Amino acid sequence: MISLLASIPWEMLIWSLAKAVFVIFLVVLPLVSYTVYAERRVSAAIQDRVGPNRTGFPTSLLGFKKDLQLFLGGLGQPVADALKFILKEDFTPGGVKQFYFWLAPCLAMLPLVSLAFIPFGSSFLGEKMVIADVNVSVLGVFAVTGCGVYAIVLAGWASNSKYPFLGGIRSSSQMIAYELSMGLSIIPVLMLFGGMKLSDLVQYQADNGWLLLPLWGGGLSAERWLMLLPLAISFIVFTISVFAETNRLPFDMPESETELVAGYHTEYSSMKFALFFLGEYAAMIVGSSLIVVFFFGGWSLPFIPDGQGHAAAFFQNIFGDFYALLPDWLWGIANITVFFGKVALVLVFFIWVRWTLPRFRFDQLMKIGWLYLFEIALVNIFLTAAILAFTK
Amino acid sequence: MSTATTNAVQMVNVQIDGVWLQFPKGTRVIEACHQAKKHIPHYCYHPKLSSPGNCRMCLIEMGTPKMTPDRKPIIGADGKPEIGWIPKPQISCAQDVSEGMGIRTDSPMVRECRQGVMEFLLINHPLDCPICDQAGECKLQEFSVEHGNSGSRFLERKVKKPKSVELGPRVTLDAERCILCTRCIRFMKEVANDDVLGIVDRGTFNSIACHPDRILDHNYSLNTVDICPVGALTSSDFRFKMRVWFLKETATIDTNCGTGSNITAGSREGKIYRITPRENDAVNGPWIPDSHRLNFKYVADERRITVPIVRPQLSEFAPNWQQTINLAAERLKKNAGRVAVLASARATNEELFLVSRLTKAVGAVVVDVLPRTGEPDGMLIASDRNPNTTGAKLLGVATGKLADIAAGIRDGRITALLALGEDATKSGLTADDLAKLDAIVAMDILPNATTAAAHVVLPASAPFEKRGSMINLKGRLQRLNKVVPAPGDAHDDWEILRDLILAVSGSNGLHSIEEVFKAMSAEVQEFAGITLSRIGDLGLDIAAQPQNTP
Amino acid sequence: MAYVVQRPELTLKEKAYLPSIVSGLKITFGHFKKMLKGETKVTMQYPEEKWDAELPEYYRGAPTLVKDEHDRERCVACQLCEFICPPRAITITPEEIPADSRFAKVEKRPAEFKIDMIRCIYCGMCEEVCPEQAIYLRKDYAINGVTREEMVHDKKKLYELGGVFKGLVHKWNPEK
Repeated sequence: MISLLASIPWEMLIWSLAKAVFVIFLVVLPLVSYTVYAERRVSAAIQDRVGPNRTGFPTSLLGFKKDLQLFLGGLGQPVADALKFILKEDFTPGGVKQFYFWLAPCLAMLPLVSLAFIPFGSSFLGEKMVIADVNVSVLGVFAVTGCGVYAIVLAGWASNSKYPFLGGIRSSSQMIAYELSMGLSIIPVLMLFGGMKLSDLVQYQADNGWLLLPLWGGGLSAERWLMLLPLAISFIVFTISVFAETNRLPFDMPESETELVAGYHTEYSSMKFALFFLGEYAAMIVGSSLIVVFFFGGWSLPFIPDGQGHAAAFFQNIFGDFYALLPDWLWGIANITVFFGKVALVLVFFIWVRWTLPRFRFDQLMKIGWLYLFEIALVNIFLTAAILAFTK
Repeated sequence: MSTATTNAVQMVNVQIDGVWLQFPKGTRVIEACHQAKKHIPHYCYHPKLSSPGNCRMCLIEMGTPKMTPDRKPIIGADGKPEIGWIPKPQISCAQDVSEGMGIRTDSPMVRECRQGVMEFLLINHPLDCPICDQAGECKLQEFSVEHGNSGSRFLERKVKKPKSVELGPRVTLDAERCILCTRCIRFMKEVANDDVLGIVDRGTFNSIACHPDRILDHNYSLNTVDICPVGALTSSDFRFKMRVWFLKETATIDTNCGTGSNITAGSREGKIYRITPRENDAVNGPWIPDSHRLNFKYVADERRITVPIVRPQLSEFAPNWQQTINLAAERLKKNAGRVAVLASARATNEELFLVSRLTKAVGAVVVDVLPRTGEPDGMLIASDRNPNTTGAKLLGVATGKLADIAAGIRDGRITALLALGEDATKSGLTADDLAKLDAIVAMDILPNATTAAAHVVLPASAPFEKRGSMINLKGRLQRLNKVVPAPGDAHDDWEILRDLILAVSGSNGLHSIEEVFKAMSAEVQEFAGITLSRIGDLGLDIAAQPQNTP
Repeated sequence: MAYVVQRPELTLKEKAYLPSIVSGLKITFGHFKKMLKGETKVTMQYPEEKWDAELPEYYRGAPTLVKDEHDRERCVACQLCEFICPPRAITITPEEIPADSRFAKVEKRPAEFKIDMIRCIYCGMCEEVCPEQAIYLRKDYAINGVTREEMVHDKKKLYELGGVFKGLVHKWNPEK
């Protein structure tokens, strides 16, 4: 018994748990709810409106004369939204497939699992800031995000209603179409890097310049500069595919409200609807993290060293003494902040695009996916291969 | 102008607005114009009263045939006599038609006359339409819109006259609104034969007044309010209660006596506000007595029975309708063959018809109605104060064996009593007699000694709350209409009887009052070929009905 | 016969779609920036900012009853407003003014005057139809309550809101 207990890697278990709790509950879930808030405020600003700006703490409910307004008005909005969702009637319509109807919103939160593979920091107190540092983390991420379609298809089918059904069908075909170009578009990155471990990929970018910004270390080679062309193509195709995968405008066919009422979640209410809603934003966060990790150097920022106080050789030579002044764990926290800062910027880009572009027609969407993005990604692979063959 | 008299009465040719028409000699010009669909505005003229011709509103242009020196009418190019028009306007209400007469009802002079008369009539009018009860059915308002000016040219002070004077217990006078048409004076003199009203003071201070030693308390005094074309005389009872334009008017009949006067009941949102006479020359003319007209307050009485009552009480809740009916039927069946039925001659024919069916179903020993008599007034109040005694006799419910009920109870032949809308204690029974009975089933609208003693009480409908037909003392079949809905769980009387029959003896397939009437007309010869809708608003003389023809 | 719509010929740039996306993003970013700088004119922040001072004379707020300069209630319960009211929000119970009252000459007044503010549509027909100029739409617009009963304005409340209105009607003046 004792030997069994002793054989369990306690330290690893506790660290993983701590990292998972930190990422999921302290960072991503608040980020999700404030992304919703940002969505509303940014859209309001773009459309010359004010947006939710006055939700404070409802002290008037406790007998006070006015609600308490803290900071900027409206920061209490996500809390109020969540409360509203929890307090609403959880209605299950008659004639639905009960089990799947309940299963679908649970599956909608699945994209959060892929966060396990994403390095959200360099290292902190000697521990690598990635929950599961597996060798094929790229495949892992794609495997998990691919499961996201199940939630929508199940919701559409189990609702036993025509609009959700149409939404589910659209979603499955859209997912398949864009999953392909998404997978193919990332191959040039892997070819250049020569591995599938995301934490190493970020470390490589920290040392040799970001894939789209090869300005230091190995990045100053002719090969990397030549590679900018296929990488840029790869970036564009990947970004578009992420939009499609996360059902964001201009690709929100599964729930296009002008055509399908509310698409796959028409029949859902209360917390079950909220899960779909949050799942969509969680998927956005995962997608943004991937873009940051693949193309924008993950947690790395020039001038800022990693969790052990080491920066790329170029910066280390100049600022090395300064780095040593501050404790390493502080740099580790800085890396984590940088990562989520980048993610937040990409999220704002997501929102910005949503309130700029109209929705595609479904046939146009299919045409873009199958006739253009897929072919471009495929050709891009050969282009990369050719460049690599020439330069090596 | 009935067909029987056409030959006897000489017809005269009259030209009205250029059209030649024929009228019987003796027709008044205003009536002739009405028959020709040319409406002449008027205030003082009333077809049932004499014509003083004092309001001057009915002025028309009139002419007689031009005559040759040898007194022969000059015949024009169209073969009709040429008319010599009288240069001054004439009043149409005090003039009979004559051969070759010409009438213009819409010439420029007539229009100008009407406008001028309206202006004079309104000079001293207080224009208090917002508080006037007549507003909405006021001839001053109507003719002012049709013929009057939009503004007043009168700059002097208006004459002040007495306002809200109580002429009698039921009539209030506002002398400022009065146009001195004297309709009320003539009514009291000529119809009511009680000459208490008159005009006092001179010139512009003329006003209606009551004889100083008398008050206007005649039982027909409220008819003066009806015929008053303006708001001078108003009903003290209806005063300021409701504006007339809100009232829903339902044509029905009065149920206070055997005359069966025709009335219009004005109600709003389930409440009756006033009763006015409805003209029917075969029954009551345009009048009704005050005592009958004001007897509608009991309909909205707070003591109305609105839920079924079962004694001894089964639970703290009132039983539902079907339970009550079943309990009543059970008690009656238990006493089958020993039942007495006390019906009401205030019930409609349909109800009495069902009563006779129910009588057979429960095997009643005796059935009769409660007679109700009073002093006749020689005008419209009959001595029989039941409205449908004729119908009760016709349907075999009034048997004259009322005394048998008391006797039967006392010697034990009768152990159950069905009191259908009447208080049994008024038929010679005492409280002790009621206490002896094994079953009392009562149906009524207000609580009384019988409903207090009854084992089952079913809430019924007042006459204003049901449809049906009644036959007055002269044998005229008339229709009763629903003015207001019955309160609470109260049902139509015929429905209660139908339900009882159903519970006692099974289905009878009657689902509406029309079907009851149909069943009745199939069984009772006098009703053959009549339907409820065929009776019409003015009723049918069933004595004059051809028998057994559809 | 089918009508063929001529589609415009697109240039390569237009076909590529991405440039137009970028120009679209530029436009929305422009609006975003203006908003952040506070250059965009936005809607009034209602409970804090109000426009009460600028309400026009003809503004149609809550209907109210008014008294005249002699403290006489102008309404004589003619019930024309009850009749004209499109949503049937008004209920009037008339009564006779007792003979010992200062205004006995007026004869009639409302015993109760109720306006159901849940039903009221602020159309102003009552004001227009009133022959006594007794009912006016004033500038109160924030009519609220917790229960339905609270939302029914009775006579007392209506006079409270309406106050005194000196005006044209002198009909009930004994001198006239």
